[in-house]
Amino acid sequence: MWTAETIRSQILARFSDADVEVEDLTGSGDHFRALVTSRDFEGKTMLEQHRMVYAALDGLHSGSIHALGLRTRIAPRADRGESDHE
Amino acid sequence: MSELVRARIDALLSKSKVMLFMKGTKLQPACGFSNTVVQILNTEGVEFDTFNVLADAELRDDLKLYSGWPTYPQLYVDGKLVGGCDIVSEMHETGALAGLLK
Repeated sequence: MWTAETIRSQILARFSDADVEVEDLTGSGDHFRALVTSRDFEGKTMLEQHRMVYAALDGLHSGSIHALGLRTRIAPRADRGESDHE
Repeated sequence: MSELVRARIDALLSKSKVMLFMKGTKLQPACGFSNTVVQILNTEGVEFDTFNVLADAELRDDLKLYSGWPTYPQLYVDGKLVGGCDIVSEMHETGALAGLLK
C-alpha cells in the first residue's frame, strides 16, 4: 500500500539531495501528486527525469495507484559559501 | 513482447507524425488524463491520430515494454515518445510542445 510518506522516502532513497513534496490528493491512496527537485536531473530531458523517478518507484503502477501527477525540477547549485555550512 | 505486436506498433508510429496512445477515443476519452492530452493537441491545432489501448489488451501491455513507460496516455512525435499527461501539459505551458510540433 503506497502512502505519501512511502513514495517520498523511496524517492529520497534514490535522490539523496532531493527536495520532495508528495500529496495524497484524495486521501485514499490512489491519486498522488509529487514535486521532485534534485541536482541529479541536470543535463537530462524531462522524459529522462520522469523515468528516473518512476525507476525509484518500481512497482508503483502495477499496484493500486491510479495516478501520480509528477513534476521534476533541477535544483540550482548552491552558491559557494553562501548557503552551505561545512 | 511478440514480434507481431512490435511490428504493429512500428507501423502505427511510422504512419502518423503525431500519434497518441490513449484510453478511449478522440471524441470519447475514457480517462481524464487522456482527455487532457487530446484537448492540448486540439488547442495546439495539430493533426494527430489516436489509438484506443482499451480496445487492444495485447498492444496495451506490449507498448509499455516497447517504450519503457508505465502509463497511458503516451504521446509520440516522429516515432519518438514525448511523454504522458504530466510532460505534455508542462511542455504545452512552456511552449516547448509547440516547437516540437512545428
